[in-house]
Amino acid sequence: MAGAASSAHEVGETRRDFIFIAGGAVAAVGAAATVWPFIDQMNPAADTRALSTTEVDLTAIEPGQQIKVMWQGKPVFVRHRTPTEVADAQRDDYASLKDPQIDADRIKQEDGQAGRPEWLVLQASCTHLGCIPTFAEGAYHGWFCPCHGSVYDTSGRIRSGPAPKNLYPAPYVFTGANAIRIG
Amino acid sequence: MSGPSTYEPKSGFTRWLDKRLPIIRLGYDSFVAYPTPRNLNYWWTFGAMLSLCLIVQIVTGVVLAMHYVPHINLAFSSVQRIDRDVPFGWLIQNIHSVGASMFFLAVYIHMFRGLYYGSYKAPRELLWILGCVIYLLMVGTAFLGYTLPWGQMSFWGATVITNLLGALPVIGESIRNWLMGGFSVDQPTINRFFSLHYLLPFVIAGVVALHVWALHESGQNNPTGVEVKSKADTVPFTPHATMKDLFATTLFIMLFAVFVFYMPDALGHADNYIPANPLQTPPEIVPEWYLLPFYAILRAFDFNIGPIDSKLAGVLAMFAAIGVLFVLPWLDTSKVRSMRYRPAARQFFLVFAVVCFGLGWCGGQNPGNILAKSGDFTATLTWIQGGQVATQPIEAQSAAQWEEAARAAEQGAQGAAMMAVTRSGATTGTLRAVSGGSPQTRTVRAATTDELETEISAVKAEVGSAAPFFTVERYTPFTFTVTRLAQVLTLYYFLFFLIILPLLGLRETPGRVPDTIAKPVGDGQTQGAA
Ligand code: HEM
Ligand code: FES
Repeated sequence: MAGAASSAHEVGETRRDFIFIAGGAVAAVGAAATVWPFIDQMNPAADTRALSTTEVDLTAIEPGQQIKVMWQGKPVFVRHRTPTEVADAQRDDYASLKDPQIDADRIKQEDGQAGRPEWLVLQASCTHLGCIPTFAEGAYHGWFCPCHGSVYDTSGRIRSGPAPKNLYPAPYVFTGANAIRIG
Repeated sequence: MSGPSTYEPKSGFTRWLDKRLPIIRLGYDSFVAYPTPRNLNYWWTFGAMLSLCLIVQIVTGVVLAMHYVPHINLAFSSVQRIDRDVPFGWLIQNIHSVGASMFFLAVYIHMFRGLYYGSYKAPRELLWILGCVIYLLMVGTAFLGYTLPWGQMSFWGATVITNLLGALPVIGESIRNWLMGGFSVDQPTINRFFSLHYLLPFVIAGVVALHVWALHESGQNNPTGVEVKSKADTVPFTPHATMKDLFATTLFIMLFAVFVFYMPDALGHADNYIPANPLQTPPEIVPEWYLLPFYAILRAFDFNIGPIDSKLAGVLAMFAAIGVLFVLPWLDTSKVRSMRYRPAARQFFLVFAVVCFGLGWCGGQNPGNILAKSGDFTATLTWIQGGQVATQPIEAQSAAQWEEAARAAEQGAQGAAMMAVTRSGATTGTLRAVSGGSPQTRTVRAATTDELETEISAVKAEVGSAAPFFTVERYTPFTFTVTRLAQVLTLYYFLFFLIILPLLGLRETPGRVPDTIAKPVGDGQTQGAA
């Protein structure tokens, strides 16, 4: 009698457990689905995300100069290198590098075509913590990051200091003899 | 702890209210009749100052928000307008920005008090953890608030800190963009930082309520670390604690006022009076003084640990430095609460306090600065004066065979006084060998690597074309930099919590607690009378 009662009881419980678990699962999914919009709203909005492009006229940049242009809210270096700077960059293609890369690859255009050695287009954020390195300073006369002392060469490759990577090239193409489009 | 309520409503209205919402009873039980240990010293008055600070920040903040504009082009000038044009804006703005520093000053003293007197031990673990939560929220709030004036330090501090999160593997980048609401610190960032900076202080207020609730449940610790034994060990909160808190808080307000009226900018960085410029990084980025110790820990990691790169290691260590505080109640194995009766632990604690100041100092220095070195940086230059230079091209079959080809070429030029290989492409290069001439050497010394390089360049310029090339041997002395010091201090910081406190509790011999303290006060009095 007691045994029968308890087994009937157990049957009832497993059924109830199932309802609890199923109900809980649905509630959890519902909660997640409700919370998600509130989290996702903080992600970059469509207008921010929209691939903006920046056109740059190169005629105004003399050899040995660089300009900074804004692309997607981030600064980009457009550097007109002197023949010496180009030679230095190419000479060090096989030097011992933290993040080995040859100069020709660093100036490549976005469509895969070769770049022009005198023009270097790089994202201006130090790969350490994002400061803007200063122009033509440091032992390699490329860039020097004042924040924690990273030194980049005239190809924007990391040569010493805490930064782990070379300055990232910005995607660009030549749109004419003296114009490029970034992005 | 507080026992049954002794509140008795006196008037008809309070009796009526007490039946419906016993809020006066709550206040009476918490801040009037509440028994406090009679031996509390002035280190126990900082909680009152902290409550004041929170109220001050909220009141001044709400007022600032009436005039502040969270926009990248307007934020800076809106704060300037508060300072110059808004009636009494200068006062309110100074109180808010100095208030943040005073808040942290008080909270650090409050925390060191807890550490020294063992206030984190049972039954006060949760009370301590709630305190750690408040501290974390305060750090977050201050960081968000510091971004709002949109000066150079605001902007670059926000950039560096959001980039720290980018150090996390795989998800780092997405989290960073999610936080910034874009690909750089920009309009969406300042907007949301303002919203959250407004919100968090109210969250803090909520956690403070829990903190005080937990306090009133377990009762206050006291300088001896021995739990109060009877009513005779305590005095009612009012007037005893109230008056003492009021006196200490008055002194605190005087210090506060000195900063507000005479040196409102002493604690901030001058660069934050330059409007934010995303195209130019200031020469140094330093956080506010109260975050410097953590900044030092972050930068102490200039080496990789196995698969964890230096950047991630620094970030993890920085969070761990706060994280250990949360588990401290279970790390300290000693049954004795107060360091008064733990002579060995007290020494380690004093060193720990010095270490924290040391870390703060390191955080404000240039990490590469040399504090001590075993000798000068020296370099020996060798060159051949007036020799014959022979140039010979090197061609390797493939890039992989370059080394081999270069070595073969060098062997071919055996007998030359000096030679140098320059690689100009994947498979091509040149060998230059000098024969004849007279070998020369010169040694230069300097105090830093930079100066050494300048000296070397000077020698090269002086010798000029008389030498086709140089060999330079550099000697670097052993140097002790700010980073090294920060590493030693960081090590002690973690050793203190993870090794010293757990082991010490098991091994030390505590000092003897005098009977007058170990026994209830009542007994002591009869003994004294006898
Ligand atoms: C936990 C409490 C708080 C802390 C630690 C704190 C900290 C800070 C800090 C460090 C700044 C930068 C000050 C400067 O350089 O001028 C700031 C600015 C600001 N805070 Fe707060 N704050 C707190 C509460 C609040 C509250 C409750 C509000 C508003 C409801 C608020 C509104 C503002 C506004 C509008 C600014 C920008 C204007 C300015 O810089 O003067 N704060 N806060
Ligand atoms: S951000 Fe450039 S070195 Fe740290």
